[in-house]
Amino acid sequence: MTTLATRRAGQRRTALIAAAVALAMLGLGFAAVPLYRMFCAVTGFGGTPQRATEAQYEASGEAMAGLARQLSIRFDSNTAGGLPWAFYPEKRRVTVGVGGKSMAIFIARNNSDKPITGRAVFNVTPAQAGPYFTKIQCFCFTEQTLQPGQEVRMPVLFYVDKKFLDDPDDKDVEEITLSYTFYPVEKPDDQS
Amino acid sequence: MTTTTVDGLGHDHAHDHHDADHKPGFFARWFMSTNHKDIGTLYLIFAIVAGIIGGAISGMMRMELREPGIQFLQAWAIYSDGAGATLDQAYHLWNVLITTHGLIMIFFMVMPAMIGGFGNWFVPIMIGAPDMAFPRMNNISFWLLIPAFLLLLLSSFVPGGTGNGAGTGWTMYAPLATTGSPGPAVDLVILSMHLAGASSILGAVNFITTIFNMRAPGMTLHKMPLFAWSVLVTAFLLLISLPVLAAAITMLLTDRNFSTTFYDAAGGGDPVLYQHLFWFFGHPEVYIMILPGFGMVSHVVSTFSRKPVFGYLGMAYAMVAIGVVGFIVWAHHMFTTGLSVNVKMYFTAATMVIAVPTGVKIFSWIATMWGGSISFKTPMLWALGFIFMFTIGGVTGVVLANGGIDDNVHDTYYVIAHFHYVLSLGAVFALFAGFYYWFPKISGKMYNEVLGQLHFWIFFVGVNMLFFPMHFLGMSGMPRRIPDYPEAYAYWNQFATHGYEVMAVGVLIFFVNLIWSLAAGRKAQANPWGEGATTLEWTLPSPPPYHQFETLPVID
Repeated sequence: MTTLATRRAGQRRTALIAAAVALAMLGLGFAAVPLYRMFCAVTGFGGTPQRATEAQYEASGEAMAGLARQLSIRFDSNTAGGLPWAFYPEKRRVTVGVGGKSMAIFIARNNSDKPITGRAVFNVTPAQAGPYFTKIQCFCFTEQTLQPGQEVRMPVLFYVDKKFLDDPDDKDVEEITLSYTFYPVEKPDDQS
Repeated sequence: MTTTTVDGLGHDHAHDHHDADHKPGFFARWFMSTNHKDIGTLYLIFAIVAGIIGGAISGMMRMELREPGIQFLQAWAIYSDGAGATLDQAYHLWNVLITTHGLIMIFFMVMPAMIGGFGNWFVPIMIGAPDMAFPRMNNISFWLLIPAFLLLLLSSFVPGGTGNGAGTGWTMYAPLATTGSPGPAVDLVILSMHLAGASSILGAVNFITTIFNMRAPGMTLHKMPLFAWSVLVTAFLLLISLPVLAAAITMLLTDRNFSTTFYDAAGGGDPVLYQHLFWFFGHPEVYIMILPGFGMVSHVVSTFSRKPVFGYLGMAYAMVAIGVVGFIVWAHHMFTTGLSVNVKMYFTAATMVIAVPTGVKIFSWIATMWGGSISFKTPMLWALGFIFMFTIGGVTGVVLANGGIDDNVHDTYYVIAHFHYVLSLGAVFALFAGFYYWFPKISGKMYNEVLGQLHFWIFFVGVNMLFFPMHFLGMSGMPRRIPDYPEAYAYWNQFATHGYEVMAVGVLIFFVNLIWSLAAGRKAQANPWGEGATTLEWTLPSPPPYHQFETLPVID
């Protein structure tokens, strides 16, 4: 027969373990934010494009496959939340072979009489092309401040990884849309 | 199967009766209660009050849906938004009604009744414990629910965007619940969920400790009654899923008030992340609402068939399996958020796997009845109703588990029909089964058998009239969460509203029965159900003494 004291100690132990589990799950709930972002970046889940450097591209020998299959790449541009910018791609569409490097130019102009900061968020559609659409150079998540009337040309250097050809989910894909949306970034010195 | 030492009970009566049944004064007893039976009673009363409010809200919704067009909403909007309420505010009121109905029924009716009410009352008794492990924590668990409920009710009367109240649906998806609903209403709902969640987590810790550390000598886990098993599994689901909801809605709160962008693409966040977090909680939550019901139904079926439960261990581990698999199927609520084919395939398959342990339970109940000497008393009728209708809800669940089919019926009345069959006709039927089964034990009075059976049959007909046509409405494309609809949906909507009226008559009979039985019910014996009732609560007098098992029962 256990004594009352050991009984209470056992209960306290169980309760503490249970409380620790609850706290761990609470922590995991918040940790889900960076984990989810990493998961999307690594797997291209939900149309998250990949990143690579020029050297990686050269080393991968992608260009060899340059003419394997022609893809139409469409460029889409949006401004959100009443950002008074004109934002558009120089060309709406290019055709490029899988593995071939290509460049698109996006143009942004501040049409207001105040300096405004924006931040670009991007995605590709269809989502299953995400793991293969690779950007060598881009304006991604960087904040861009435009003076009144200022216009900038922003290049995006990209290629479609040749592994694209081996993915059965992508065998019907003939067009990939790269979409950019500029959101206003609220900065204290931007206000009035 | 289990026997109490005669010595223990005799001792109780002969010498310690005064001590065992000594009750504190009214205020100390009910407001500072640390007695698991009193707290259980408080939970049950709370659940009944919340159920009346939540049920009244669904009555308002059925009134409005009785025919196409807007009949009542604008008149009601005056009460929440003041004179001159616009049509938009009336529409907003609709969103408030669906939100509060859902939240009240889930967090303030089913959960308190199943876990706080019957769990508190019978888990300690069934495992031969004198009380819960942490009686004061038990008290806090209950009293956290009251401010939580008041916050939710209060939220309906403060600005929440277009009109007063939180119009986000119980899921509170971003961005509707962030930038889409300015005003304090949604904040109040979030705080309400925080409190209710804290209450449930504390309760879960308490149940886990009680069941692991306070079982009577000889009461091994594999001899433990299935209701205690069901509450144990439920407590683990609560412990693991609720903190994730707490994290998700805390980030919702900071997105709303402190300019974070967890769920806002403008700052690099993602609204779909909220849905993942919410359903990681939300799917186990549906099992939290039904597992204790599984436990209760097992006891009722076994008692009134006068046979032990068929496949006891299979039943226990089926619940464990449902609990475990319940954590890896959440995205079947998100089939239309743009998941890739492979992801949909996984979640479809994983979801269907749950049908296996659920099938084990359904067939075991039937096997328990097979060859039994069945008496169709009121609790048994409810348990049979539960098995029948939970199976219908389960079958539509298997249909909805298919990602391809879900694309077509997502957010239609088909989904409404499905989850009301498993909850409103599943969980609620289990609750009524448990209520009639244990009412003599809790109150010491017998309920009225005629009124009980009348309640069952009227309620049964009513809810089926109410919810079955929703399958047809959903298949023909009627979206959920709308107060108005095209003429084509009028017939079955009117039919469903009549179903509500029939059901309401049934509920009225329940309350008549409740009041009549408490006032004039026949005195209940220790075991009114005969040899089929083998669990420890039936070895105690009805009602049990204020403190039971001063000498612990020994289970052979």
